[in-house]
Amino acid sequence: MGGSLLKPVILIGIVYAILKFVVPNIPGSAPLPASLIFLYLMLTTSGIVIFATLSGESKDAFWNPIQRFLTGENIGGLQVLRYGVLLLFPLMVGWQTYSSTATSDAPPSENRTIHPAPPGEYTGLSNPVPKTPDTIQQGKGFYAAFCSPCHGGNFDGKGPAARGFNPPPANFSDPTTIAMLQESYLFWRIKKGGVGLPIEGMPWKSAMPRWEVELPDEWIWKIIMGEYDGAHQAPRTWE
Amino acid sequence: MQQQGGWFQRLLQAGRGHGGMFSALLWAVGLLSLPALAFGADVAPAAATEYRDIPYIGSRNLVWVVAQLHLLLAGFVLGVPIFAWLCEVVAWKTGEKRYDKLAKEFTKLLTSAYATTALFGGILLFLLISFYPKLMNYLTDIFFPSFIVYCLLFLVETATLYLYWYGWDAMQDGHKKTFHIFLGFMLNFFAFFIMIVPNSWATFQASPVVLAEGSDIARAWAATWNPTWWPVNIHRLIANVVLGGYICGAYAGIRYLSARNAEERDHYDWMGYVGNFIGVFGLLPLPFAGYWLMREIYQYNQQMGITLMGGFLSWLFILQAMLIGVLFLGSNYYFWLGITYRIPGSELKYRKSMLSMLIILLLCLGVWMTPHSLVASLEEARKMGGTHHPLLGVFGVMSAKMTVSNLMILVTFMSFIMYWRAGKEETAGWAKAAKALMSALLVLAGIAVVVLGVWGYFVPAIIRINYFSTSQVMIVLFVMLTITPLTALLLKSAKTTTEMVWGKMPPRAGYALVLNAIMVILLMTLMGYARSSSRVHWHVYGVLRDSSQYAFSPALGYAAGIMALNTFLFCMIVAFIFWVATMSDKAKASHS
Repeated sequence: MGGSLLKPVILIGIVYAILKFVVPNIPGSAPLPASLIFLYLMLTTSGIVIFATLSGESKDAFWNPIQRFLTGENIGGLQVLRYGVLLLFPLMVGWQTYSSTATSDAPPSENRTIHPAPPGEYTGLSNPVPKTPDTIQQGKGFYAAFCSPCHGGNFDGKGPAARGFNPPPANFSDPTTIAMLQESYLFWRIKKGGVGLPIEGMPWKSAMPRWEVELPDEWIWKIIMGEYDGAHQAPRTWE
Repeated sequence: MQQQGGWFQRLLQAGRGHGGMFSALLWAVGLLSLPALAFGADVAPAAATEYRDIPYIGSRNLVWVVAQLHLLLAGFVLGVPIFAWLCEVVAWKTGEKRYDKLAKEFTKLLTSAYATTALFGGILLFLLISFYPKLMNYLTDIFFPSFIVYCLLFLVETATLYLYWYGWDAMQDGHKKTFHIFLGFMLNFFAFFIMIVPNSWATFQASPVVLAEGSDIARAWAATWNPTWWPVNIHRLIANVVLGGYICGAYAGIRYLSARNAEERDHYDWMGYVGNFIGVFGLLPLPFAGYWLMREIYQYNQQMGITLMGGFLSWLFILQAMLIGVLFLGSNYYFWLGITYRIPGSELKYRKSMLSMLIILLLCLGVWMTPHSLVASLEEARKMGGTHHPLLGVFGVMSAKMTVSNLMILVTFMSFIMYWRAGKEETAGWAKAAKALMSALLVLAGIAVVVLGVWGYFVPAIIRINYFSTSQVMIVLFVMLTITPLTALLLKSAKTTTEMVWGKMPPRAGYALVLNAIMVILLMTLMGYARSSSRVHWHVYGVLRDSSQYAFSPALGYAAGIMALNTFLFCMIVAFIFWVATMSDKAKASHS
């Protein structure tokens, strides 16, 4: 029984194994959170159900064994397993409900917004410092002095102090970080630092200093130019 | 006044009666009170009420529900005439009477649906005036010329609708039919303006253009022509076609599931096919319009753009991806079921293609649904080095999303072409070459879309936005505009090998149609929340601040509850409209 059920079960098992054990071991990767694995497994299951129900024959081949198993019709030795499933399933649902609602000492899920919206006064600002080789070089110099210990000499977020921070310092060479943002955004972030983040950015989680107390605005603008140039990225613009 | 005077005289008389002692006391009190008059003169008149509230429900929730229902109904009454008119034109051109019957069946809904929409519009207006007088005063001051235009549009739209519906049977032949088609066109023409005038009020709130000086008309015109007005107009116009199509599909699905005889099954199966087709027809260009809208928002204001795409509303777009994904899967599933059940023998021929398309759709959906910031436990976040996965994090940005949405559009288009060609054998001598060309076009387009998507990571954002994303869209449009006429030409001389059989679809096809309609409604409620929340604590962004107790954005979970409620209420209202409109037909059918 259930020959056509075996394939979907194996497929789901393979997808799970890939997500759980293969993807994390790809160089430069990391383990996937359970929420993402669940999402991908749901997609796989949806695909299986869609494909299995495309025709009457395939639907019957897919569904009939499940129906027979659940109703206990001619399943012979699988009767014990059926009782086990019928008993375990509600227990699992109950356990899931209990564990998601019971008081726990586990910290809440991490749902920090990495790029929260900037305050209105920082939108629309443009870099007042002319972009010349000299100013870029000066910016890189300031970067080396103030930023590179954490964000790294290669602009990759791997400075000597980076390992002490969680979350780690931003990797500017990643095309999904500063390349997505306008210069004014970086100006806000450098000037106000971690404590200036709005609530969804979890200001308590960032160790970024509030550089406005130490650096003049002009230096900050130069650092921004140096950062983009050094990381081989360009800021978001509309022209 | 007379009563007051009498009271005062009686008081004076009483004073005289007590030897003038009371009068003197009164004068003394009066003199001592004189400075109070000076203080009283400084007191400003009572401040105008800015907000009112309603207990338990809350004014914002009530306005939210009524506004969303009004908008959904408006989408319905603007989408259905487009749908009905297209069907009428098809019937007029091809002579297929069933399209005319379908068009009439849906136009019948319009009179009651139109009244219900206007009713909700009226309720919304009264609620807004009552709960948000400050905002309404401000908007009236700017937009009152367009309020008058709006009223005039309603008059001509109503008159056209009455002529279109009540003149249906009387205008069936010759020039009269041509005039009826013209009336249908005018109905949609006025409806379009009825849509874009209030759009200007809503978009003004998000991207205001305020003239300090100038005539009333100049100020209203400047406010109307704000940066997001046309993107919203186009997006809503297409979305209304989608809504109209899928609601028609859902209606057909329900009637199909409850059909009592073969004739009904045939009719509603065919109606479901038409509804799904028109829904998909609108769905294919919808992501392009949405992308344009978001681009304009981002360009208008970085803060609003980031709030939506990267800030606290970014998770909303994961929900959006999920809903659109289900819609794409549902529409394709319906096409594939159509191939299997309506064209017997085709299933074996196309099963492998369906599997390939399904896998591509799921992979694309997987990428689309992968967020930039992941939900992770503290332990998981530590292992990843933050909430951004070092490898799959690249799927969380627009370059990836644009690529997969284009691929999903291509796949859905392929499904439609496959359905169109199923059961037919091309006889033209150039058929082989044409098919090879079409396959090559599809494959090359798919590769080009992926290459541009990957390349998009390595170029400045503006290059990606202005050139790469636009090129992806143009490539997909080019494929659709090339393959559609080519297929039509190819099938003109084709031999039908298997006749299409209506009324044989399994019940799950009907459920798929209902699911699609619900997905579209949920999507509209979700994007209503997005549009409103992106203004954060402003009634009019950057101009008029929300100083009410509701000057905060509700959490997504709470908003999801209201969205579900709105979807449910809208479905109930639409079901009621269908029930009322078809009541007499059912009675006639049972008597005959």
